[in-house]
Amino acid sequence: MQYGKVIGLEVHTELKTASKIFCGCTTEFGGEQNTHVCPVCLGLPGVLPVLNEKVLEFAVRTGLALNCKIAPYSKFDRKNYYYPDLPKNFQTSQYDLPICVGGYLDIEVNGETKRIGITRVHMEEDAGKLVHAGTISNSEYALVDYNRTGVPLLEIVSEPDIRTPEEAKAYLEKIKSILSYIDVSDCKMEEGSLRCDANISLRPLGQEKFGTKAEVKNVNSFKAVQRALEYEVERQTEILSEGGRIIQETRSWDDSRGITLSMRNKEQAEDYRYFPEPDLVPIVVDPVWVETICNNLPELPDARKKRIMTECGLSAYDAEVITATRAMADYYDEIVKAGAEAKIAANWLMGDVSKHLNSCVMDIRFCPVSPVNLAEMISLIEKGTISGKIAKSVFESMWNEGKTAGEIVKEQGLVQMSDAGELDGIVAAVMAANPQSVADFNAGKDRAIGFLVGQIMKQTKGRANPELVNRILKDKLTGK
Amino acid sequence: MDLFRLKAHELHEKLIRREISAVEITRSVLQRADKAETLVHSFITRTQESALERAGAVDAKIAQGAEVSPLAGIPGALKDNMCTKGIKTTCASKILADFVPPYDATVTLKLAATDAVIVGKANMDEFAMGSSTENSGFFVTRNPWDTDRVPGGSSGGSGAAVAAGEAVWSLGSDTGGSIRLPAAYCGVVGMKPTYGRVSRYGLVAYASSLDQIGPFARDVRDCATVLEAISGYDRRDSTSIDVQVPQYTKNLAAGVKGLKVGLPREYFVSGMQPEVEAAIRASIDELVKQGAELTEVSMPHTEYALATYYLIATAEASSNLGRYDGVGFGHRGEGSDIISMYKRSRTEGFGEEVRRRIMLGTYSLSSGYYDAYYLKALKVRRLIQQDFDRAFEKVDVLIAPTAPTTAFKVGEKVDDPLAMYLMDVCAVPVNLAGVPALSLPCGFADGLPVGMQIIGPHLSEERILQTGFAFEQTHDYHKMMAPLQEVG
Repeated sequence: MQYGKVIGLEVHTELKTASKIFCGCTTEFGGEQNTHVCPVCLGLPGVLPVLNEKVLEFAVRTGLALNCKIAPYSKFDRKNYYYPDLPKNFQTSQYDLPICVGGYLDIEVNGETKRIGITRVHMEEDAGKLVHAGTISNSEYALVDYNRTGVPLLEIVSEPDIRTPEEAKAYLEKIKSILSYIDVSDCKMEEGSLRCDANISLRPLGQEKFGTKAEVKNVNSFKAVQRALEYEVERQTEILSEGGRIIQETRSWDDSRGITLSMRNKEQAEDYRYFPEPDLVPIVVDPVWVETICNNLPELPDARKKRIMTECGLSAYDAEVITATRAMADYYDEIVKAGAEAKIAANWLMGDVSKHLNSCVMDIRFCPVSPVNLAEMISLIEKGTISGKIAKSVFESMWNEGKTAGEIVKEQGLVQMSDAGELDGIVAAVMAANPQSVADFNAGKDRAIGFLVGQIMKQTKGRANPELVNRILKDKLTGK
Repeated sequence: MDLFRLKAHELHEKLIRREISAVEITRSVLQRADKAETLVHSFITRTQESALERAGAVDAKIAQGAEVSPLAGIPGALKDNMCTKGIKTTCASKILADFVPPYDATVTLKLAATDAVIVGKANMDEFAMGSSTENSGFFVTRNPWDTDRVPGGSSGGSGAAVAAGEAVWSLGSDTGGSIRLPAAYCGVVGMKPTYGRVSRYGLVAYASSLDQIGPFARDVRDCATVLEAISGYDRRDSTSIDVQVPQYTKNLAAGVKGLKVGLPREYFVSGMQPEVEAAIRASIDELVKQGAELTEVSMPHTEYALATYYLIATAEASSNLGRYDGVGFGHRGEGSDIISMYKRSRTEGFGEEVRRRIMLGTYSLSSGYYDAYYLKALKVRRLIQQDFDRAFEKVDVLIAPTAPTTAFKVGEKVDDPLAMYLMDVCAVPVNLAGVPALSLPCGFADGLPVGMQIIGPHLSEERILQTGFAFEQTHDYHKMMAPLQEVG
């Protein structure tokens, strides 16, 4: 029997507010253990939380970017469970009245656009970090680092609208892209600022009703999400094909072994005893404030991609690559604004610029070549001042020395030779020095022309305008 | 002269006239406590040294001609669930026996700003759960009027200390009568302010939506003085009210002419001690003589208040007390793994009543029971609030007994938690509604003090204090101190 997959994702993202959600401690990643703490985030007896308004603003911004409705009345609840990384033994979260509900985002897989529903977005606090002495099962003790305790999180819950592991990956990439566009999260999976739990079930093709799902936790990269889901599809298919039944359970992804392992089943599931957080007042958002946030939202990836396609005539693929991050798209917009030809600009950005950035693992915001300088270089190519080939070495010098293209061209005498009279003499001299090649050409060996062009370029240190050289050479060879 | 017998306002007058020094006052109170403690046991921690130090500083200020606040140099006590930086704050629990907070509660800071002298941290029912102070994890506090009897609870140490002259004033916390009941049993004045009037930051939580800090004193004026000092909005407490604090002491003598006083029928419960009812009725007559107008009102949901209270308070407590797990602070039991460590820490650290309430609360929040218990309790709470709203459409204040009986004997109710819970029957509706209420002495029954409760609408503390003050002028109860013959 063939099975269809039903997938829903819960994404946790750390917000990049300066301070924690309920106290004034810094949210900075790293730092010596237990130095970014105070009585409030340590959950000492007697302390009370105070909501960081920036967290609410970021949550609303995220909700709006994900096409959600912003709840006019929302509240915090306590989720009670015992774990040593949770100093109060309850997490302050949102249960039945989250701040954002009923949104969606569009993903593109195999050239087709698909809409994935967003059930809800809610605010909550992060827990601390356990450092085990040895492995989790055999360690004699564990130490707790509370630096992360109270860092604000958003949980974004999708509808079970995702049908394949590839769609899941596309969904996550889109979430990451949107969150970085609206500047609410760094989305660094390696620092744990973006985490994901996946719910997956199978059902016979054509069946409307969902099958029993498994929840997979501890999935720490986009690649791992795809792999974990692929593994679950395989595991569940095998059980179902053998006539077995899927148990509703929580499973943990073991990345090194590439498998999921059962953590707890439905009977063992914890009862979190949610109830309204009595230490915080309900959140009543001012619609005018929401409106202001909405009006100040930056252009989002989808809109930007569309605009770049129409305004700049780029292909969907190129526009997608360029708008993947807001910084890249901003950089692109600036080159074009500075007057560079849109397609050449795109090629340079996706080519040499990206290559250089990748090789030094650098964020484009720190690119040593400014968009204006790159635009100037591109205009030199367009004007024929330098050739595309020379441009590559000019770019190299711009990157390394921080000078403008104009300066480098002038200093190194790289201006393209486009004077036909001047080139005429050089072409004639090269032909005279290589009679065999001329003879070969006359004997019908077209390849000989390549050798002659190479010699001319060598003589001119690559500065000769290649088109002009070709024309003059052909004219001479054919005796025109 | 026994300075410890004087009220704060009397002491303040003498201080600023330089008839006495703050150090003399403090010495008198500390010496009184040295003797009284052998019988009453009000304090978990005494802070004689820092008290005298602060008193000395106040004297220096006065000597320099500086103006000092009405509480400057006046010795008081804090219930041991209010955080004091560098001074043990135990909540009378073994689990926090050695807990020294690294920070001060907002009330601690506010009192420090007035230069008040703190002589110690008062005993209480463990985590404020109880009505007799017998649930203290350390020892039982005795009623200064009869040391065979309880001082009431949970702020029993705070009430007893003021009654015994071991402190001129004190702070308690009131979740379901925990200030008013000891005030009544110990024959002193105690007030539970409007929920949100006083910051809870640094008050170790029992039931967050009900807890409120308030003062104990030996008369209404002192009560007003302390309340004024600790009230006000605090950005550290999201539930605190951002409304200007009136000068409670300024218009105390406004009188009760034309004041509409409501008698809630349901508070005069059957099983009430007849002498208690008689004392209350007589007091009401006094108010009428001064021009108050009497109306009987009905608060139909009163009979559900106790059940509602025990569902909501225990639910919140079960969560609030989750943090005492032996991981970051407090008592840690030995265990081979994290779960056994949790279990040992909590079993060894918590007393029976605390464990009982944690279990009750855990149960009522559990999936499958939440709707039937916790959620229903929230709905009934709303109905009880509406009872008050309706009553206050007709009357300015309500008057009722604080408790149905006078102080009971130590040990009398420890094996019968329900009988113990009944002591709070007149007190808990006030917490559920979040309104303010004052308990003040209104007579004696068999030599034991009787407390009368004046309840008003939200933020009506000033009106309540004026009413209490007017009544106080008609009697001498507030001038009497617990005899404590054994200590002289």
